[in-house]
Amino acid sequence: MSELKKLPLDALHRELGGKMVPFAGYEMPVQYPAGVKAEHLHTRARAGLFDVSHMGQGWLTSIHGTGTDTAHVMVADLIETRVPGEIRKLGRGRIRYTVLLSDEGGILDDLMITRPAADEDQGRLFIVVNAAVKDQDFALMREKLTDGELVVLEDRALLALQGPEAAAVLSEIIPEAADMPFMSMMDAHFDGLPIILSRCGYTGEDGFELSVPAEEAEGVARRLLEFDAVEPIGLGARDSLRLEAGLCLYGHDMSGAESPVEASIQFAMGKRRREEGGFPGYDRIARELAEGAHKVRVGIKPDGRAPAREGVPIQSTDGHPIGVVTSGGFGPTYDGPLAMGYVAATHAAPGTQIELLIRGKAQPATVVELPFVPQRYYRGKKSA
Amino acid sequence: MSTKFTKDHEWVRMDGDVAIIGITPHAAEQLGDVVFVELPDVGKTFAAHDDMAVVESVKAASDVYAPISGEIVAVNGDIVDSPEKVNEDPAGDAWFVKIKPSDLSELDGLMDEAAYKDFADHG
Repeated sequence: MSELKKLPLDALHRELGGKMVPFAGYEMPVQYPAGVKAEHLHTRARAGLFDVSHMGQGWLTSIHGTGTDTAHVMVADLIETRVPGEIRKLGRGRIRYTVLLSDEGGILDDLMITRPAADEDQGRLFIVVNAAVKDQDFALMREKLTDGELVVLEDRALLALQGPEAAAVLSEIIPEAADMPFMSMMDAHFDGLPIILSRCGYTGEDGFELSVPAEEAEGVARRLLEFDAVEPIGLGARDSLRLEAGLCLYGHDMSGAESPVEASIQFAMGKRRREEGGFPGYDRIARELAEGAHKVRVGIKPDGRAPAREGVPIQSTDGHPIGVVTSGGFGPTYDGPLAMGYVAATHAAPGTQIELLIRGKAQPATVVELPFVPQRYYRGKKSA
Repeated sequence: MSTKFTKDHEWVRMDGDVAIIGITPHAAEQLGDVVFVELPDVGKTFAAHDDMAVVESVKAASDVYAPISGEIVAVNGDIVDSPEKVNEDPAGDAWFVKIKPSDLSELDGLMDEAAYKDFADHG
């Protein structure tokens, strides 16, 4: 086993009483003294600060030059050979969620791709990938995207500020943050420090991600923690928040075996891309889009109080195996057990009664619509 | 008699010829917010160290082991209905089960309060 890496904010996490656990090769705070439930509820009510510096950040640049809209098309066409997202028509300063595909159309990772706003940055894409597979993702990009140059940002931290008060807090420091649309990015100044600011996140709440130089991360985090509304939040609450929001956790709710159709993330595939193809595994994905997949990811509500954890077998009410739970637990906002998993397409319709084999005992459950808790992303200024 | 403790963070207290069993405040704190408790049926028998009950917190599921052998004579339905009571009063109202012991000498192998405190602090 290789040695666990330390986050740029390691000392701060320990000072704040964070309980550190190994996660994706890093020592990371799973919770602080307030506890998972309180941290979860705080994020939904006010604002939570998450350290997501373990994730991989990089710039992909076209080797044919930068600074023009044509350069953007070149780098977009390049990444579109590995992802089914619509990157070519991505607007300046806009972010897209999509997936990196294997040659068989399986999901190698989910990722955020951002087209920067500035003229001189056209032809470059800012990419954020999952920690556990970042080395593999970056190796694949280097191997397959030969007309691009990938610069991995080893010395940057990533902080996420999430929750209904995130915008009010951040706009005290960066006034322009207030009206940023959801899934947009801008070059911003945090008390004079140049940062990459994105309005996105993975909790189902409105919020931001701040990519900052590693050596400045502690100052940025401390400044945000000065606000009454902001509390530090660990991995435990991050997991229950994203589960309530119905969002996939890579390596659990999707893997190299599943296609984006099976994972029920059709939105990660652009309309033009679905029609034209040009990404790995298109034969399989086009067939599944036309005929439906054999298994699909669904939301599952246990009828009782017992949570169903990852790995719990799912069966039909007449006792036939039909799938497996991929994420499950207790949702503090939902105030009950909740799970996601793959089931046979025949049992995927919301309202279908199924059974969960929790500790060997069949417990009744129902297939439900995702998300469990309504997402509250910022949709722009409401007209008065 | 005084309360005895296991290395798995259960406590046992004799009440007449019945042993009351629960989990320690240390265990409840480590578990975090308890959201579900599964208790055995009255009449079931367990050997010492058998898994007897399950506690689920927001974080994970944990087994609760029988500290001594015996037959379940009562279970605490209050903690099934209100699992948060396990966090509120683990050493008191939030007991798990009552067991009729089959071998009282098993109690001698358990820790007393001072030994348990030392174990929980350093173990």
